[in-house]
Amino acid sequence: MSGPAVRNDRPMAAALLHVAVVLVFVALQYVLPDYHRAVFSRVLVLAVFAMGYNLAFGYTGLLSLGHAMFFCAGLYGAGMTMSMLGWNVAAGLVAGIVCGAALALVIGLLALRTTGVAFMIVTLMFAQVLYLVILYFNEYTGGDQGFSLRPAARQLGPFDLTDPTTRYFAALALFAAALAVTLAIVRSPRGRVLVAIRENEDRVRMLGYNVFAAKLAAVVLSGALCAAAGATYAILFGYVGATFATIQYSILPLLWVLLGGAATALGPLVGTLFMYYVVDITSNYTTAYLLFVGVALILLVLYFPKGVLGTVRERWLPWLP
Amino acid sequence: MAAVTPLLETRGLSRSFGGLKAVDRVDFTLQPGEIRAIIGPNGAGKTTFVSLVCGRFPPSAGKVIFDGEDITALPAHRRVRKGIAYTFQITSIFSRLTVFDNVALSVQRALLSGGGLATASLKRGAIEALERTGLADRAHETAGNLAYGHQRLLEVAMGLALRPRLLIFDEPTQGLSDGEIEGFVTLVRQIAQDATVLLIEHNMPLVMALAQTITVFERGSILAEGTPSEIRDDRAVQDAYLGASADDD
Ligand SMILES: Nc1ncnc2c1ncn2[C@@H]1O[C@H](COP(=O)(O)OP(=O)(O)OP(=O)(O)O)[C@@H](O)[C@H]1O
Ligand SMILES: [Mg+2]
Repeated sequence: MSGPAVRNDRPMAAALLHVAVVLVFVALQYVLPDYHRAVFSRVLVLAVFAMGYNLAFGYTGLLSLGHAMFFCAGLYGAGMTMSMLGWNVAAGLVAGIVCGAALALVIGLLALRTTGVAFMIVTLMFAQVLYLVILYFNEYTGGDQGFSLRPAARQLGPFDLTDPTTRYFAALALFAAALAVTLAIVRSPRGRVLVAIRENEDRVRMLGYNVFAAKLAAVVLSGALCAAAGATYAILFGYVGATFATIQYSILPLLWVLLGGAATALGPLVGTLFMYYVVDITSNYTTAYLLFVGVALILLVLYFPKGVLGTVRERWLPWLP
Repeated sequence: MAAVTPLLETRGLSRSFGGLKAVDRVDFTLQPGEIRAIIGPNGAGKTTFVSLVCGRFPPSAGKVIFDGEDITALPAHRRVRKGIAYTFQITSIFSRLTVFDNVALSVQRALLSGGGLATASLKRGAIEALERTGLADRAHETAGNLAYGHQRLLEVAMGLALRPRLLIFDEPTQGLSDGEIEGFVTLVRQIAQDATVLLIEHNMPLVMALAQTITVFERGSILAEGTPSEIRDDRAVQDAYLGASADDD
């Protein structure tokens, strides 16, 4: 025997798989009917929201119930600077991400003093505070009506981001970037520490790691990714509204991640896509579509307790990142 | 002789849980290169004492001095980086990760402090620690699936891989087979060539064989300290700890 290899890694296979996934989405652009192409654009952006959530919840084991606030930091950070200060798309995107990272830093410093249920409650409360703040300052935020971004503002150089094809590719570009960032983080030595913290925090501390700092970094990166999704959402779909700050949008990424497979790089996409279509299809037939969502969730928990890709990894592809 | 700075010193170290003084004004000195054993009846405060040394929780009073530096206010992870490693009495591993990954996390920490983290040295360091503990051919197994004795050894390997200056073992041989204990004795002798070892242990023959000095804890305080033969002959120790088996002559 040549001695143990470094971890259960197949870096080439993993890299190829992810490049292939992105290429499949490029190809889909040319075959999808308009309606589904629009759905996919939205799903790709929301999947990035789920990927940000996955970094905190799936990899680091931080169960937050307030991640809507980071999505909204990006949504409003981009939306308000663009509509009120006349910033362009690139500046708006950066503003959104910076807002998300800064908010995550503050929330992390406060909320990471707690763990478990207390952490869930504290994050939920902060998200609720942001929701109320958005409503309170309705003069600027548009309250629960929200506001729209003018199509003229949604141009990036030669690209018209209101055009469905451009929009699809922009969403895909964001997704590919988020995927690359996620993979780089979780495959790095520091990223391994996050998983170790999820598994046994006390042990990690006694191996000489600063657990608080590592968790804080995870929350900030997670918040920045979610904010990137929020900012892109504002830019591509031109709508900024307080619905995205409601508790529902803190629960959704949790469900998407659980469905697709926590702590898998592609799980958030699978979960988001699946759930979007379950809601979309069932709501065509019945107003009780949430019932179907519930049934789908129960079935998944029964047959795929680790989510779709979590189960695939466990049974067939141990190298899946 | 007097010029050697002790590797570890505690002064008036105390810790209470509610009304219970688990560790009560302990003055303790450990010289570099020693193999020191701490013995004492259940609940004597041994685990609490070493936990104060490695910073798992803060003392109620007193000081911890490591290599001449007061580290009482340092958080646990900083103490580990200074060279204090602790292996848990209750096995604490990453049971869903592979054996290799468990040890790699230690090696990675040691390499980060050393300045360079190359994949090759990570792999080399992890394999070395696994070989020294006899776990090399189980590197790919999931840690939680190991037999109990092997999990204890993995715990030791994780401590070793940190390349500590002071390695604290909290009842490492609990639940090990005789063969495994023999291997452990050899390993500790090897470790002691370049590190100081502080060993909490109930297995008296093992303590007598390994330790140069034995410290006896009872009800939070040091009852006696001396060479193995001094401790064996100490009347108070016999009464408190070694019990009836040793006190008839
Ligand atoms: N976290 C804690 N909270 C409350 N009491 C504690 C705590 N940890 C230890 N104690 C108490 O402090 C005393 C000393 O416990 P400690 O674990 O240090 O003993 P020990 O000498 O290691 O015993 P053993 O040989 O059984 O491991 C015991 O009475 C124990 O019940
Ligand atoms: Mg103990």
